[in-house]
Amino acid sequence: MQSKAHTFTANARAALADEPLQAALARFQGGFPVKRRAAIDRLPEFDALRDAGKAIKDATLANLDIYLEQFEAKVIAAGGHVHWCEDADAARQTVIDLCREAGAKTITKAKSMIGEEIAINEALAAAGFTPIETDLGEYIIQLRDEAPSHIIVPAVHLSKEQVAESFRAHHRDLPAERPLSEPRAMLDEARAILRQAFLTADVGITGANMLIAETGSTVLVTNEGNADLTQTLPRMQIVIASIEKVVPTLEDAATVLRLLARSATGQELSVYTTFTTGPKRGDDLDGPAAFHVILLDNGRSRMLGGPFAEMLRCIRCGACLNHCPVYSAVGGHAYGWVYPGPMGSVLTPNLIGLAGTSDLPNASTLCGRCEEVCPMRIPLPRMLRQLRRDAFASGGGPKPMRAGLAAWAFVAGRPWLYRLATGVGVRILGLLGRRHGRFRRLPGASGWTAVRDLPAPAGRTFQALWTERNGARR
Amino acid sequence: MTAAADAARAAMLARIQGALGRSAPSEEQRRRVLQRCVAPSANLIPARGRENDRIAQFIAEAERVNATTGRLAGWSAVPAAVAETLSAAGLPPRLRMVDDARLASLAWPADLAVATGKAVDGDRASLAVAFAGIAETGTVMLLSSPSSPATLNFLPEMHIVILPEQAIVGAYEDAWANLRTALGAGVMPRVVNWITGPSRTADIEQTLLLGAHGPRLLHILLLAEA
Repeated sequence: MQSKAHTFTANARAALADEPLQAALARFQGGFPVKRRAAIDRLPEFDALRDAGKAIKDATLANLDIYLEQFEAKVIAAGGHVHWCEDADAARQTVIDLCREAGAKTITKAKSMIGEEIAINEALAAAGFTPIETDLGEYIIQLRDEAPSHIIVPAVHLSKEQVAESFRAHHRDLPAERPLSEPRAMLDEARAILRQAFLTADVGITGANMLIAETGSTVLVTNEGNADLTQTLPRMQIVIASIEKVVPTLEDAATVLRLLARSATGQELSVYTTFTTGPKRGDDLDGPAAFHVILLDNGRSRMLGGPFAEMLRCIRCGACLNHCPVYSAVGGHAYGWVYPGPMGSVLTPNLIGLAGTSDLPNASTLCGRCEEVCPMRIPLPRMLRQLRRDAFASGGGPKPMRAGLAAWAFVAGRPWLYRLATGVGVRILGLLGRRHGRFRRLPGASGWTAVRDLPAPAGRTFQALWTERNGARR
Repeated sequence: MTAAADAARAAMLARIQGALGRSAPSEEQRRRVLQRCVAPSANLIPARGRENDRIAQFIAEAERVNATTGRLAGWSAVPAAVAETLSAAGLPPRLRMVDDARLASLAWPADLAVATGKAVDGDRASLAVAFAGIAETGTVMLLSSPSSPATLNFLPEMHIVILPEQAIVGAYEDAWANLRTALGAGVMPRVVNWITGPSRTADIEQTLLLGAHGPRLLHILLLAEA
């Protein structure tokens, strides 16, 4: 997928003016955070489990090579194959070669963010295959030729009317006058169509929430059951996973699972948690004859050992998106690439480079909620600040912004000058705004006043008041 | 493995090792790290995984996520309970079930068509036997095998699961420990399914709907004597 992160400002502005999108975001807002809170209230050890989860990931990343090789050995021992892919190109080519080897035509797919990252559907279609997304949300956006706008609820930006419209446009074999006003009717229609896809698919492609070194198992969680049908019915299963997904043991997976669904949807556990080890065995009546795991690097080994290594603990729960005021205002598409929200604003520059993505770390108020809710305690605000520093140091950003920041740094670095400048400024603004208590327009600050009033300062700076109060207390 | 694939593998491992500030690990280092996998130990187990009345907890948690439950005295009560469950759900008296001697020897009603084997399109109800029930989240754990194909858990619209009460454990970790005891350390069935309620989706306007691609109904029959 071609990144549109470089036009974030314009994307965001368009998103704010997009009424159906704003209605969808309003519907979405609050739902998951409230459910998450309720789930955590039922689990007093949640914070301690976060520490345990973080410790598992840190211990694994500290010996990532050893755990990956152990995972590989176990997959091979179970009769499966492991393919190490350095970048998206290599992963795409490997998947295409495997599908050719399987003589595939139809390929079912269960939602995978790695699949989005390597744009596997486009590559498969270009190679002459028919990939069919089976997660309901992914199926909807595939029909609409859109990218997911959320990492766990990909079609969250759409209304049921928009979904119905897409179903009518694509399901041309069905009676045109059929009722499609309710989600139930749309689900039943999709279920019937996708059931045929499951039964006829030659290859099933899934992602993985975890890889287990102890057993060579891949772990997949879903609520719909689509991933299980995707992986059980075709004659070949391909699992696409990035290297940081490995955990040492089944017990470690259990700890992460206690965090994942609660953080994501507020469920205690997703409906289906599936541990898969190798292909169909001797007398098995179902399951794929061939089992392949793609291990994707695509920039992650470069992150290891650097200032963004902790990002590799991410379990893709989406809690940081659900709690982000910026994501809630503009939705996922504005971020311009695969991963939106705070985690995306850290991951995207790391995976595809800071040039052309440097607006993303600025698309944050640094309010800190993302770090507060992150089950893996990833210091997202610190990383966003680091990326801002990196972008400034490499000469990124528009000239007026750079000049403004340089002027600010000059003043802020000299306390006497800062006190003088803010003292004078606040006094003048206080005098000017005395009458109304706020400014509806202010020269040089139109970016602020175009959309909201600027409260008039009281006439004295915070520093002055602080000194006075502390002096009085003493 | 082709030369190119070999090179990619070597390059990825070398980059990881470079980032970790060390070269390829010695056998001794490897052995020490992998001790964690050889002798797996539990991390923090929350108190809800250690409740005294696991059966009551299991039932309450399973019902919270829209599963239904029934309690039976033993295996001989299964056929009547299954027939009644199908009829109450308005399903035809046909059942695809796991190939299990304890089920095969039961007296099935003449008007209930029972077959074994993998699930096929058109099967509307299935019957499987759980390896464990996990009380902390009301989860049933099923193992795939030639006699217990994984498709039984997903294709039909009603999934009936038999769960011996003695197989109910408190926490996920207990289920893993029992699996290692049953199959041997490090041995996994091809598929282990943890199932917590019936299939669902909320992908259209966050409207929760049961029965997305998997079963719309999950009915768990707890057996007192197994």
